[in-house]
Amino acid sequence: MSFISDVYAYLFYFATLVLVAGLANKIVQYVRTPAPLKIPTTPAPTTNRGVVLRIAREVVFFESLFRGNKWTWIFGWIFHFGLFMVTLRHLRYFLNPVPVPLQMIQPFGIYGGMAMIVGLAGLWVRRFAVDRVRYVTALSDHLILGLLILIGCSGLLMRFVMHTDIIRVKEFFQGLYHFQINPLPADPLLLLHLLLIAALMIIFPYSKLLHAQGLFFSPTRNQVDNPREQRHLAPWARRFEQK
Amino acid sequence: MAKADFAVPELKEYAEIPVIQPGSMQHSSPFKSKPEFQEALGFPGELAPDWQKQALAKMGDLLGRYRSLRVYLDSCVKCGACTDKCHYYLGTKDPKNMPVARQDLLRKVYRRYFTLAGRLFPQLVGAENLTEEVLDDWYSYYHQCSQCRRCSVFCPYGIDTAEISMAAREIMDSIGVGQKYCNEIIGKVYKIGNNLGLPGPALQDTLEGLEEDVLDDTGVEVKYPLDQEGAEILLVTPSADFFAEPHVDGLIGYGKVFHEAGVSWTLSTHASEAANFGMFIGSYENMRRVALRIREAAIKLKVKRIVFGECGHAWRVAYSFLNTLVGPWDFLDPRYPVPQHICEFTYSLIQQGKLRFDKSQNDDKVLTYHDSCNVARASRMGDKPGGQFEIPRAIIRATCNHFYDMGEETIRDRTFCCGGGGGLLTDDLMEVRVKGAQPRLEALNNVMKEKGVTHMAAICAICKSQFTKVLPYYGMDMDQIVSVHQLVSNAIILTGQDDDE
Ligand code: HEM
Ligand code: HEM
Ligand code: SF4
Ligand code: SF4
Repeated sequence: MSFISDVYAYLFYFATLVLVAGLANKIVQYVRTPAPLKIPTTPAPTTNRGVVLRIAREVVFFESLFRGNKWTWIFGWIFHFGLFMVTLRHLRYFLNPVPVPLQMIQPFGIYGGMAMIVGLAGLWVRRFAVDRVRYVTALSDHLILGLLILIGCSGLLMRFVMHTDIIRVKEFFQGLYHFQINPLPADPLLLLHLLLIAALMIIFPYSKLLHAQGLFFSPTRNQVDNPREQRHLAPWARRFEQK
Repeated sequence: MAKADFAVPELKEYAEIPVIQPGSMQHSSPFKSKPEFQEALGFPGELAPDWQKQALAKMGDLLGRYRSLRVYLDSCVKCGACTDKCHYYLGTKDPKNMPVARQDLLRKVYRRYFTLAGRLFPQLVGAENLTEEVLDDWYSYYHQCSQCRRCSVFCPYGIDTAEISMAAREIMDSIGVGQKYCNEIIGKVYKIGNNLGLPGPALQDTLEGLEEDVLDDTGVEVKYPLDQEGAEILLVTPSADFFAEPHVDGLIGYGKVFHEAGVSWTLSTHASEAANFGMFIGSYENMRRVALRIREAAIKLKVKRIVFGECGHAWRVAYSFLNTLVGPWDFLDPRYPVPQHICEFTYSLIQQGKLRFDKSQNDDKVLTYHDSCNVARASRMGDKPGGQFEIPRAIIRATCNHFYDMGEETIRDRTFCCGGGGGLLTDDLMEVRVKGAQPRLEALNNVMKEKGVTHMAAICAICKSQFTKVLPYYGMDMDQIVSVHQLVSNAIILTGQDDDE
């Protein structure tokens, strides 16, 4: 048993490292790359506050997608909202003690899990049913959907069919904080769930899942519409000025 | 109807999303630029043996200079929301004209050479080597994008295919594969001062002709000055305004408005072009060089303000980039934004009640208005977001009795491109231009049927030229396109005008 626990412990250290370092690396890269011209998609906000609200609407409601395609929006939003609820519910494995608000939303987390599956299934169907979407779909797009659905299903099965000892799951993860490897329950579903999650963490910084922070760095969304009032000179464009 | 050696799309009552027809526009690509035109812009004349290496080096360079490119190549989730938003896809049915597929042409190369996943598992993530076929596809499909940004409106991350097209064109230019139309035109601006290559004396002639026409028409001496030092306003306008219908009617209108406002103004031979094709080829350096002429003219003529005539792409560069490219404008009158759009200028006079109109002069027309993409989605007018939609409409309403908008999903920031923007306004791309105009003309056709609309007003030189050329393919009449300031010109009552009519 302790062999599997060891493997999973190192796997999660590794996955966390890849996730954190990969994301940090990408963020540094985005921050360092200048946006040399003002290119917000207009009409755009003329104040910083307006821009914050614009991005917030995109993150919370998927505003542009709503205007773009209602089916994708419905399924996409259900999936992400479900994912969000599931994440909140899962925080109980990582926080000790569990804050009261988190305790209160626990039941909703389960609905979130179901919603997540429904949304993902709808998005996957679109990939086959709509000829235009099928045309732009690569194998990796299918695999990511499959991966997330498997994670969700294995989780739901644990919740409703083959329970696992969540106290020991929690102890295992709490132990990792102090470099101490507590035994992990050897339930196949749990091990599958965790294996897939580690895979998700590892591919995150190297795949289209980068969309999550891409939105915050997108110049068409995050720029203030004030080019006549302020110059917006990139460092590399400054050298033309000297001539 | 104009003759075509391709099938002109049908205009339907309800917009339809076509089924994909792979490869249907593979054959479309513009003439290539000759070495001499390449070199004038600082690009190599032709493809070198190690072009792949050069192209990838350029791509790496751009990835480090443009955050948009980097973020957009990383972020697309292939959600498909943009797939039915491009007028070129809707009109040609070629799936590579779907914005995401157009981006993928560059993205697959980016993945192959610049990402871990693409280096390790190319098939899995759709990464591909940069081959001659890929380059051919680039040349073909990045010249079937008018950089209209309609796709970026609907993308959940605002991915702007125009940014990708510009980068792709810059990469191609840097390896000696340039487009004849754009690069020749930029060369003309450097040599002569405008896109059409009209020399100073020709401009002078035209402007004198206009003064005579207006005098004959109205009995009022309206001036169209050129290179007048010390004038208050420098007017920079697309060179099409100097000779082609309906553009020139717009220019007549600007002159009348300035006349009524009682301000002195001038055109400049040195900056006799508002359009800036440097943007189309994605070249910051060339865009800056073209824009610099405006700064030089403003300094030389000692003007206090800069006003731009009706043009879409020109207005994007003017509004969004000019200050950054060649500012600061601290030597101009700080009470006015730099630059101003002629519509902002006219609108503020209307607001102050300084212009009088006889709307019945436009009663022979029932109007609709075409939002030009670069005005609608890449710039602004006035001080509130969305002013670019309201101000031109307010001017039309002030000068015309009959005005109806086209379908709500085809106007304002969802407007369809005319089909000729982004450096595609050339005869060697006629097929894609005609097909790309289909969504806009479908909406026009519908208001013609439902509301009896007879004319469509536009505020972009490219839109006007494109429509006059493609309308006949759809059985419509080229005269149906009018300039917004042509309507102003018709209706304005000049002080001291003969009122015999
Ligand atoms: C700031 C946070 C995020 C935002 C604003 C966001 C937004 C979006 C949007 C608008 C879409 C397109 C619509 C759709 O297909 O659902 C999308 C797709 C997707 N998102 Fe997110 N997302 C976020 C975080 C995440 C995270 C953390 C994950 C993963 C674990 C994820 C996984 C996915 C996947 C797999 C797709 C593609 C679905 C498909 O194949 O159709 N997202 N996201
Ligand atoms: C290291 C991180 C994770 C651990 C330790 C973990 C562990 C668990 C456990 C023990 C359960 C069973 C809950 C029960 O029986 O009551 C569960 C359920 C579930 N998991 Fe995870 N999980 C993790 C990450 C994730 C992620 C990233 C997702 C989604 C992408 C996910 C989706 C689900 C779902 C949908 C359920 C079923 C609903 C629920 O009980 O909340 N899990 N997970
Ligand atoms: S910018 Fe316009 S022309 Fe280019 S892909 Fe997007 S919608 Fe099509
Ligand atoms: S809408 Fe944006 S994210 Fe979706 S497929 Fe198009 S470019 Fe990609």
